[in-house]
Amino acid sequence: MSQGKGIRVRGSAGVWRECRSYMLALIFFLLPCAFTPSSSASSAEKWTGVDESVVEKMAREHGREAREPFINTDQGDLLLFVFLLAGAVGGFAAGYYWRMLVAEKASEKQKSSA
Amino acid sequence: MNVDKISSVCLTTLAATLLFASSARAMHISEGILPFNWAALWFALAVPFVALGIRRLNALAQEDLSFKPLVGLMAAVVFIISCMPVPVPTAGTCSHPCGTGLAAILVGPLVSILITAVALLIQALFLAHGGLSTWGADIVSMGVVGSFAGWLVFRGMRRMGVGLGVAGFAGGIAADWGTYLTTSVELASGIRGDEPFLPLFWKILLAFIPTQLPLGILEGAMTGGMVVLLYRKRPDLLVKMKVVKAEEVAA
Repeated sequence: MSQGKGIRVRGSAGVWRECRSYMLALIFFLLPCAFTPSSSASSAEKWTGVDESVVEKMAREHGREAREPFINTDQGDLLLFVFLLAGAVGGFAAGYYWRMLVAEKASEKQKSSA
Repeated sequence: MNVDKISSVCLTTLAATLLFASSARAMHISEGILPFNWAALWFALAVPFVALGIRRLNALAQEDLSFKPLVGLMAAVVFIISCMPVPVPTAGTCSHPCGTGLAAILVGPLVSILITAVALLIQALFLAHGGLSTWGADIVSMGVVGSFAGWLVFRGMRRMGVGLGVAGFAGGIAADWGTYLTTSVELASGIRGDEPFLPLFWKILLAFIPTQLPLGILEGAMTGGMVVLLYRKRPDLLVKMKVVKAEEVAA
């Protein structure tokens, strides 16, 4: 269904179709991932970042070592806590603006056209 | 497969990579790697761009105050994307996309540089992801080069009449690969000592390729998918951000 200035507003069937395609895509991507080594905790060491495998390695070869960060959050569960805090704050902010971005405008258009 | 489904698949890829992201760090140049004079040079290069970004944001916010929440949202997106390690099974390593291509396409390259500077500062302070002494170099590679590369490629392709999704895809790739190309320049020039620059530069660039080649394509798909999704859901936002013309949306 489309209305006003080419902006499309979905009905419940459209939303369901989109959810279904999301679910299918999720299954499509997650199933193979479940059987790849990246999903197992024991293989975590394998996946070094390119900062270690390229940047720091090359720098070490040329006599430059990375220094300890000024604020070291890699102590106990501190990093986990920082991620939790940042995730909670970021999640609420992102959720709030996502609603503003995609849902409210569509419902306003629906109301105004009704 | 219609555009909505393509967008859904791109976003699902992003969600899947988030779910399976490992805890390793990635690309930014770590604390203390660059000698003082090189770190200072990259700072000196980054500062004018960040200042121009602040000026541009203020000018845009004076025209329309609602631009600021959008920039805040983009900052959150760039922060999340650029500290999200994605495993690359073909290379056995992991790295992260940059998000600066998407930000530059949507809010312009100057504001995107400002967004990147803020995201990199938080990562350097709290996540040991990059460093404070290498902040300037990271702003230049990811912010300045990443943003302008993505924006120029996107705008250039749009002027040639290329579709929104394909132009976004190419813009995302350009931003990602441009960032790592610049990181190679920064690293080679900083650590080479008396060695010639070019052989070391190629060595670093070649070491990045197995990881960044597929990751750049992922970033392109993500950028194209996001731009197309926004076009389908909120084309008025793209008009407001001057990504597409109003006549294009009405047609």
